[in-house]
Amino acid sequence: MYVVGCMEGSCQFTTGNLRARKRVEQARTLLEAIGVGGDRVQIFNLASSEAPRFVEIAEEMTRKILALGPNPIRTRKKMAA
Amino acid sequence: MIIKTPSKLERLLKAGHLAVTSECGPPRGSDASVIKKKAEMIKNHVDAINITDNQTSVTRLCSLASVIHLKLMGLEPVLQMVTRDRNRIALQSDILGAASFDIFNILCLSGDHQVFGDNPKGQNVFDLDSMHLIQTVRYMRDEGKFLGGDPIQRPPCLFVGAAVNPFADPFEIRVPRLAKKIAAGVEFIQTQCIFNVEKFKLYMKLADDRGLTDKAFILAGVTPLKSVGMAKYMKNRVPGMDVPDAIVKRMGGVAKEKQMEEGLKICVETIQQLKEVPGVRGFHVMAIEWEEKVPEIVEKSGLYPRPQIG
Amino acid sequence: MIVAKQKPIDEIIQGLGNARRILVAGCNECVTVCESGGKKQVAVLASALRMYFMTHGKEVKIDEITLERQCDVEYLEELRKIIDQYDIVLSLACGVGVQFLAEKYMTTSVLPGVDTCFMGVTEQRGVWTERCQGCGQCILATTGGICPVSRCAKRLFNGPCGGSTRGKCEIDKDLDCAWQLIINRLKELGRLDDYELLIPIKDWSKERAGGPRKIVREDVQ
Repeated sequence: MYVVGCMEGSCQFTTGNLRARKRVEQARTLLEAIGVGGDRVQIFNLASSEAPRFVEIAEEMTRKILALGPNPIRTRKKMAA
Repeated sequence: MIIKTPSKLERLLKAGHLAVTSECGPPRGSDASVIKKKAEMIKNHVDAINITDNQTSVTRLCSLASVIHLKLMGLEPVLQMVTRDRNRIALQSDILGAASFDIFNILCLSGDHQVFGDNPKGQNVFDLDSMHLIQTVRYMRDEGKFLGGDPIQRPPCLFVGAAVNPFADPFEIRVPRLAKKIAAGVEFIQTQCIFNVEKFKLYMKLADDRGLTDKAFILAGVTPLKSVGMAKYMKNRVPGMDVPDAIVKRMGGVAKEKQMEEGLKICVETIQQLKEVPGVRGFHVMAIEWEEKVPEIVEKSGLYPRPQIG
Repeated sequence: MIVAKQKPIDEIIQGLGNARRILVAGCNECVTVCESGGKKQVAVLASALRMYFMTHGKEVKIDEITLERQCDVEYLEELRKIIDQYDIVLSLACGVGVQFLAEKYMTTSVLPGVDTCFMGVTEQRGVWTERCQGCGQCILATTGGICPVSRCAKRLFNGPCGGSTRGKCEIDKDLDCAWQLIINRLKELGRLDDYELLIPIKDWSKERAGGPRKIVREDVQ
């Protein structure tokens, strides 16, 4: 999963993107601790006009997730079936 | 002045002499010869020797046992007692322990927090604070009673001291704090080591204005610097320590191999300056792990030989 | 309020052992305010635990409930009808709640999910600091409303010690020296002369040292 927020300093709600980053960090730590893997969640910052960058991020995340493989919960579920 | 105890330190001070005391740190083991050797080095140059009590919360041979060793050598020890590690039962008990060996001087302290030492996970006690300890010793001595009210069989006869730090914050209450300790019953004071003589002079003037210098014997603390590194460390890393830039600069201005000599020079000069400050009734030389230099400091400051009191 | 901090998840997982039917029980009071054991934290923790067990191929039932308080009998009674469905209750209440729950449900295992730390205040969101240690004999009138027992690292009654530096405690430069705070406040109140009053030796029998405490109010019984 990836979370996308505005560039730091340009948030319409001033600190929404900074708060979001902290929450994403929390989630990453928790996912790592329970063995699912923190790398499956990430936050990116970009401006709403940067369409090419959006595509870039989507492709980067897709590559990363494919490399990580299916998450362990899914794997286990499949095995159980 | 009425002499209240058999303490040699008390008698010297009340006879109008400038007193000289120093301190020795006990070893981190049970070899008493370490402390005896240190005492031997300085015994003819000081009137009384303080033994620190698990200083900086680092576990060492206890002050009580160490002062007993010194007493058995025929010397005049000062038992330092912190309230960090013992409750009021143990404190009163140890005071009696010291009294049973005719120890006549005690320095009442709160103590450094245990986070600085080798047992940061330990509990701290602070059943009493240093003011309470001063009150307790005076009560045991003058009323002959335990805190609980029962009479003491052969009450302790201790000359009661405390420490002050004119350089800690906030400055505005440091003299009121001295007044408080005197109200609690303190009879002599040893100050934190002085590098900033001007600030100390201000402190003493304020104390003098309030008549406090007549109510307690203030011994000015001095420490010889060994290196510019030590000066910087004390300036920046030790809470409540005031080392002026000029001193650091002076230490740094000489070659490395000359720094010890410079540090000793500064110490002697400081003592000479402090002799002129009204209310200063003596000196407390703290040469931690450099006890061998105490004789030189005392001699070069014109404080040798020490007066002999009958 | 009582301030607590959630235990690390691996400690909780270890504590759950082989339990297969788990009830995660939160509390709507203090632990909600300090964001360690309220409804939201229960939900996140329960979810994380479900994911963990799934990852490790274990079939575990995890339910959630948040009681108004776990330190009052009336609210704990709400569990009476459902508690036998569970092997263990993971309680995110403070130590008081965990104990009371355990007392009321003697045959159900209880696991604490938070470390209970102190009585304190919310200085700002996400920052909680200690204010009271329950010494049983409040002297705040003498010290201008600042407690030396809970805020001085050495609980000095006649401080500050010689380690106070620029208004901060010798043990931590980010920690205010309680006695500096007291002096500042006495000044603001025009009562700096009170500083010289000797606060007497404390009666510690009124706090933990005297043994576990009890208060009885016959007039309201």
